[in-house]
Formats: sequence, structure tokens, C-alpha cells
Amino acid sequence: MKKREKIDGKVFLLIITIVLFLVMYAAGLIIFKSKGFAKPQVFLNLFISNAGLIVIAAGMTMVMITGGIDISVGSIVALTCMMLAWMMEIKGMGAVPALLIVMIMGIVFGLVQGFFIAYLKLQPFIVTLAGMFFARGMTAIISQEMISIKNEMFLKWAKSKINLTFLGGTVNKKGMVNYSFIYPSVIIALIVLVCIFVLLKFTKFGRTIYAVGGNEQSALMMGLNVRRTKLLVYVINGFLCSLGGFLFALNTCAGFVEQAKGFEMEAIASAVIGGTLLTGGVGNVFGSLFGVLIKGTIETFITFQGTLSSWWTKITIAALLAFFIILQSLFAKAKEKH
Amino acid sequence: MKKRVLSFLTAAVMTTAMILSGCSGAQTAATTAAPAATETKAETTAAKTEAPTTTAAAAEKKEIVVGFSQVGAESDWRTANTQSMKTTFTEANGYKLIFDDAQQKQENQLKAVRNFIQQDVDYIVIAPVTETGWDTVLQEAKDAGIPVIIVDRMINVSDDSLYTAWVGSNFLQEGYDAVAWLDDYLKKNNKADSDINIVTLQGTIGSSAQIGRTNGVEEKMKDHPKWKMLERQTGEFTQAKGQEVMESFLKTYKDINVVIAENDNMAFGAIDAIKAAGKTCGPKGDITIISFDAVAAAFDSMIAGDMNVSVECNPLHGPRVAEIIQKLEKGEKVDKIAYVKEGVFPADTAAAEKPKRQY
Repeated sequence: MKKREKIDGKVFLLIITIVLFLVMYAAGLIIFKSKGFAKPQVFLNLFISNAGLIVIAAGMTMVMITGGIDISVGSIVALTCMMLAWMMEIKGMGAVPALLIVMIMGIVFGLVQGFFIAYLKLQPFIVTLAGMFFARGMTAIISQEMISIKNEMFLKWAKSKINLTFLGGTVNKKGMVNYSFIYPSVIIALIVLVCIFVLLKFTKFGRTIYAVGGNEQSALMMGLNVRRTKLLVYVINGFLCSLGGFLFALNTCAGFVEQAKGFEMEAIASAVIGGTLLTGGVGNVFGSLFGVLIKGTIETFITFQGTLSSWWTKITIAALLAFFIILQSLFAKAKEKH
Repeated sequence: MKKRVLSFLTAAVMTTAMILSGCSGAQTAATTAAPAATETKAETTAAKTEAPTTTAAAAEKKEIVVGFSQVGAESDWRTANTQSMKTTFTEANGYKLIFDDAQQKQENQLKAVRNFIQQDVDYIVIAPVTETGWDTVLQEAKDAGIPVIIVDRMINVSDDSLYTAWVGSNFLQEGYDAVAWLDDYLKKNNKADSDINIVTLQGTIGSSAQIGRTNGVEEKMKDHPKWKMLERQTGEFTQAKGQEVMESFLKTYKDINVVIAENDNMAFGAIDAIKAAGKTCGPKGDITIISFDAVAAAFDSMIAGDMNVSVECNPLHGPRVAEIIQKLEKGEKVDKIAYVKEGVFPADTAAAEKPKRQY
């Protein structure tokens, strides 16, 4: 019993997630050994393909720790991509000013939603539901056609491969030597992740976020500024949404109204699998990172397997979500007993 | 508490085991099926000309691994397209197909292509969800030396060398075929010298099918001075809009002889409008209906005597892609653009053709 005090529930949920990821990846190494699953690039691709989602999931985790939720993120990603594409291709703007404008757009979006939630005490779900429809609608208003990004500077950012030669190269069937590589988007995503981690764990603001989510009443009585904290969380989340949208655009190089549909649910699922409680007060951005990686690994399994329908990804995620929610409720019950 | 921790862990292990056993089960099934296929394969590889390859390369050549990323399963046409690939790239034919359904999402296709590269496939086939956003991932494929074949929709990339070939429909030719059929039909019915008034229901403006079909018809109509295009208007490929546009055509023009609908759905709408206006259409009626796509419902319409002809838009891309792959395997050059074979199906053959149709 004494041992249990040391490994508390939060850490326990995180450990389960990490162990699950490692077990899955190890299983992949065994099952798909002959198909090249062991290449470092397979692992790096998880980051390349999900750089945007990693950033969005970090923001979502923060929001969920306050006990809130944000379902507008997918639409904001689509709006960001569309605005970038429209400003650069139709209006002929440079990549840097376009990027600055979408960042401001994200912050303003977060500010408005945060104001409604924190100061007018509206339900986060309803506020962000409205935000979701608004952003998706605006995306379609800008253009219903897909806009392809051809801005030279933007494409340079998107295409600049960073070869990780120290990981060694592999020679494939065609006799080509391939080095492992990442794109700058991966580095940005990881930097954001570390920043949010530090913010949550080592600053007063971060601890206030946990306190607000754990118990709003007692946080208020402790003299913490609950409203301002919540507002700031939504503002930061808005910024992360447009940043995530930018990383998403680096990968897809296009603005399109159908983009990133259901992205918000993927972010929520990643956070939950990573040990964030929907009731607030508990969560860790690294857990969410592993949530994203688990999703990516399942997708990789499906393509490596080659004959299964890709919809199995969704079914497996559903099973994992159910598993983690049950785990969380058991954990909450155990906590009550003490 | 220890017990609880233990039970959690076992549960975790069990779920993963469940997921994995599902995968590995299918895996073993695939490998056991392989030896049976090698015999038939041996014949095809033997028939191939001897390429100067090392023994190791020859052994690998036995099975050509093809990764195919499909848009989704949104229409009958798409499903037929998928089936064509699946039936062409079978183990019996010497292939191993890795199929991925992108669920209409471009980001899923990018992930799939990246995974294909890591799996060291021999060829990547993509039916793109979107025209754009392919530069980075196709560059990765090029760096890995894997040829990419695009099917159906064209892609828009800065560098053409990023893909090896494109396979799809020749919409311009479909337009030519429609005019050729009409010419034949009029001659058979001794109307070659009479004035012919035509209206066109165009597809969604700007789509490749609309542009090709409209231009194809227009180009060939120049050879027929007696034919007159009264008006062209878009019906956006839908039955409802097709009907609406046809209704307005019928009010404006009293002497329409031919309706060209740029897909079957708009033709169905036009037929409804014609019937509602008290006129007749089809082989025995006043107005001749020419349509495109030749989906199953078009055959029903022709058998019912409403539609005159439908020019096919063939989704069976598999054999054409396989042809290209075989050429590449032999080290031959391939054409950048390859069209699939497409037929013209008039009403009098509809009943006989219908059972043979795959979509």
C-alpha cells in the first residue's frame, strides 16, 4: 500500500499508455520484420504524418485539464490551411505575412471562444460547436474549390528534408540508398510539446490550470484567477490550432474545405488514451504524444498488413478508448475510497 | 492494489494480443496461399524475355509488390475501379497487392504512400483524392527509386518526372465517339441530310470530364454543317439539375432532335422532363438521347427504350496498369499518358451487354 502512494494514478495511466505503445511497436517489429517495419524511418514517419496532430493534441490536453473541451480544432485547421493557400495563391502574399495572419486568426478565435466560456460561463462544448461550424463555413466561403499551394518559400519549407545520416542508410530493392529523414515540421511539433510540458509542470500558471480543473470552487477560494486562467488556456489553444494547421498545410500543401474533418475527435482520443481525464485536473502532454503515436502505429499496421480495411483503425481506437475510460473510472473509484 | 495493477496489465496485454493475432492470422493465411500461386507464376515469368539480371534479382522478381492507395468507396464506379485492381493484381498473376482505402482523406493517402515506400514495394499506384499536395511524398518515392502510376484523376505537380505514367479515361475521345455514333445513327435512319438541332447538358464546369466531352463533341461537330447546337448549359452531373435545365430547354426550343447529356444521371433527369412535357424519346421517340458513363442504370434505361446510347467511362483500370508494370519490368519505355479502352453502347445491344457488365 505504501508503494502505491509513490506511483500515483496519473503516472500509472501514463505508464500504461507508454507500455501499450512499446508493446504494439515491438509486436510490429516481430510480425512485419520481413516487410521493413524495423527501419527507423517507419518510426519517424509517425511524426512526419502526425506533426500537426501532435501540436493540436497538446493544446487539447491543456483545455481538457481545465475540465473543458474544444471541438472546433479540426475546422480551425481547415480554415488555417485555406487562408494560407488563399492568401498566398489568390492574393499573392508572401509566406511569412500569410503565416503571421493565420497565427493572429488562431489567437483571436481562441480569445473569443475563451471569453464566452470563461466570462459568460457558457458550456465549452456548445461554444466550440458554434466555433466548429463557423470556421468550416468560413473555409467554404473563402473557396469551395481546392487551392494548391505553389508559393516557392512555402514549398521550400515543406520540402526541406533533414537527413539523419547518423541513423545510417538502408539500401532498398532498387539499389537506392535511403537515409532516415524528418521535416522541419517535426522539430516544430516537438519544441511545442516541450514548451507546453514545461508550462504545465514548472510554472505557476501551469499549476493553476491543474487546480482549476481539479476543483474550480477550491481554486477560486484559494484566490486563483479562474476566469483569466481559462481564457488564457483557450487563447494558447487557439494559437496552437493555427500552428498545427500550418504544420498540417506543410504536409498537404493545399487548402480544401473537406480537410481535417474529424481531427478534433482524433485529438480528444489521443489525449484520453494518453491519460487525460475528461473531468479535468489530470493530464500530461507526453501522454497525448503517445496517444498520437499509438494511433499512427495502428494505421501503419493496417497498411503493412495490406489486406485489412483501413476502417479497422477506427475500430481499434474505439476499443482502446473504451479500455482507457474504464481504466480511468476504476482509478477514480480507487481514489474515492481513500 | 497490486492485484488491480496486475489485472490492468493483463487486460492491456490481452487487448494488444487480440489485435495482433488478428493481423498475424491473416498474415499466415497470405503466406500459405503463396506457394500455390508460384506454379502459375512460373509460367508467366518464363514467358518473359530474359533480362540481364543477377540470380538474386530474378528470385525477387517472382512476386511484384504493388501498393495501391484508393480514394474510398463513394460510388459504384469507384468500387468497380477497386475490384479491377484487386482482380488484376492477384497472386496467381504474380503480384502482391497492398491495398489502402484513404476514406476520402488526402492526409491518409500521404501516410499510405509513405508506408508503401518503407515496405519497399516495387510500384506505387495512386488514385488521388485531390490533384494537389503530392510534391513532397512523390519526391520521397522518387528518392527511393519506386515508380509511381497515377490512375483516374490527374495530379498537379511542379515536376512531371515525379510520376511515371497516368492511366485514365480519354474524355475527348468519348466526345468524338458520341458524334461518330450520332452520324452513323442518322445515316441508318435516312436523316443524314436533314437539319438536326442539339442541346447539351454539361457536367460541372471545369471538371475534366466536362471539358473533354464538351470539346470532343464541339470539335467533331464542325464536320457536320447541318447540325446545330442550340444551347449548352450545366446540369452539374445531377439528375435533379439535369431535369430542370431540360425543362427550360423544352420551353425555349420547340424542335429539339438530340439531347447530349454529359453523364447518365443528367440524362435520366432529361428523360423525365421530356416525358412530363408530353414528348417522346429513345429509339422509337422524337428526341434522341446521347449519354456518357454507361453505368448499370443506363442499361436499364436503354432496355426500357428511353435512352439511345451511352458512351462508356471505363473504371476497369487494372489491366492497363498491369500492362505498364510489365513493360517497366522489362525495362521498356512507357507512355506518360495511357488511356483505358472504352466502348459505345447503343440501345439495341443493351439487353445483350448488361449481364456482362461489371459495374
